[in-house]
Amino acid sequence: MFSRAYKTAVTLPPLVWVAAFLLTPYLLMFCYSFWSVSAAQIIVHHWSLDNYRELLRVRVYWQTLFRSMWIAARVTIFSLLLGYPLAYFLSFHAGKRKDLFYQLVIIPLWVSYLVRAYAWKTILGSDGVLNTLLQYVHLTEHPLQFLLYSPFAVVLTLTHIYTPFTFLPIYAALEHIPRNLVEASHDLGATPGQTFWKIVFPLSIPGVLAGATFAFVLSLGDFLAPLLLGGPGGIMISNIVVSLFGAAYNWPLGAAISFCMLLLVVSLIFLSEHLERKWGFS
Amino acid sequence: MGLLVSGKGREARKAPRWLLAYAVAVFAFLYLPIAVLILYSLNGEGVGGFPPRHLTFDWYRVLFSDGPIWDSVLNSLQVAFAAMVISLTIGVPAALALDRAQFPGKALFRRLVLLPLILPGVITGLSLLMLFNAAAVKLSLLTIVLGHGTALISVATTEVFAGLQKLDRAQEEASLDLGANYRQTFWRVTMPNLKLSIIGAALLIFTLSMDEIAVSFFLIGRDNTLPLEIWGRLRRGITPEINAVSTIIFVFSLVAIVVWYRLRMRHGGTEAGMEIVEAVGGIGA
Repeated sequence: MFSRAYKTAVTLPPLVWVAAFLLTPYLLMFCYSFWSVSAAQIIVHHWSLDNYRELLRVRVYWQTLFRSMWIAARVTIFSLLLGYPLAYFLSFHAGKRKDLFYQLVIIPLWVSYLVRAYAWKTILGSDGVLNTLLQYVHLTEHPLQFLLYSPFAVVLTLTHIYTPFTFLPIYAALEHIPRNLVEASHDLGATPGQTFWKIVFPLSIPGVLAGATFAFVLSLGDFLAPLLLGGPGGIMISNIVVSLFGAAYNWPLGAAISFCMLLLVVSLIFLSEHLERKWGFS
Repeated sequence: MGLLVSGKGREARKAPRWLLAYAVAVFAFLYLPIAVLILYSLNGEGVGGFPPRHLTFDWYRVLFSDGPIWDSVLNSLQVAFAAMVISLTIGVPAALALDRAQFPGKALFRRLVLLPLILPGVITGLSLLMLFNAAAVKLSLLTIVLGHGTALISVATTEVFAGLQKLDRAQEEASLDLGANYRQTFWRVTMPNLKLSIIGAALLIFTLSMDEIAVSFFLIGRDNTLPLEIWGRLRRGITPEINAVSTIIFVFSLVAIVVWYRLRMRHGGTEAGMEIVEAVGGIGA
């Protein structure tokens, strides 16, 4: 029904733009990862695998990557633990107030990321809200130091930021479950627990996978929360990349790490898609 | 439905008490920082300290006479507006292309468009930094606009694509059959039907761009956007002035969401942001 000219007119401009501003930058990043920096701080366009060798050789990169993954894994687990029951409550028990509650979950998403991280900083600091409250009610004598500038603070903040992100796809999946399946299960004598584990949960797996992917990938690449709240023990892989592009001035090595992260992210998305097809029933 | 079934159905809808308590606790967790943020914007004694003391609007007064903050707000508004124009100009045709055209590399194209939604900002930001560096483009607000505009095409495309799925093709067919050309059909039939999706996308893009920091972080030139101005101040030490400006932005975002929500609900749309969630779930597919 649409002419060739119409199709060209809607296809060509986006194709050109995406090629110029998405594809080219990623390819450029890939190229950079094979280059190097000379002693005079000039980028040398000499192709080698040295940057990748360096990544395999130096332990701090591995340690930081694993620490980032461990932080991201904890964020994912906590976001699911908070997000899933909330989504379940909204989808099955909120009744007429469902829309209102839904909006209430979405609203924190619109408070700037930076502002929420900053709010946690003011809560967790040694003269912050929490510590002064604990002393005010005489639960503690001295401020608790482990609250801020620790991996704990990063995990807490990122969990706060990504819980609505995990909630959304889970809620979408729960909303798609035909209610007569649940009623049939009740009518046939299943307990609420059996109904949940045999009917509801398996059907919500695609949402859980999408939510987990969101939380894991986005928190894995975070660099602002660690800078603001992490302290020396909370440095994540993106912080290393940022310093390589900044003061340390080694763009090629930074590009190599970024490219590895890109690969990791894309493979996680594919894995999650694959599992969704395998376990999902849709 | 017999009496028995409806009776059981009602019973099933009553939440167990622990679930209700749990949901309340999660809401409390989600809102605690926001409450603290707003409360301490009124605290005369600075950020932190319990209980808050000497409630005052002084920080708002300080804020209103703070030149650099308002410069950065103006920059952010300009960036958000320009990014919105770019994302829509590219994102609307992209949605039409995905809906209606077949071309080589379509699957790759779709994935590339959606990727910035889920990719950590550090990768999007740095890859663009390398591009601008290679092209010898000086970093400025313009480079931030290009970054936001490109990353947020994903939002425009998913929203409009969802709108197109609901669009009745027969209307466009009728328009073409009755002698309107493609241009007329596009502006008089297709676009009016997509109006809601486009307004929704525009509001979302605007808000997301206003708040964006990870990509801007790498593409910033001499002029700051508001989040970067705040970031700079956070590193120097914190005052309730930041709480005050954050509270104001929060209120504006809230208004934007309420406007969008009412628009959608009036037109029987799905819940806010659902298309994007489902699209992201399908990036790898």
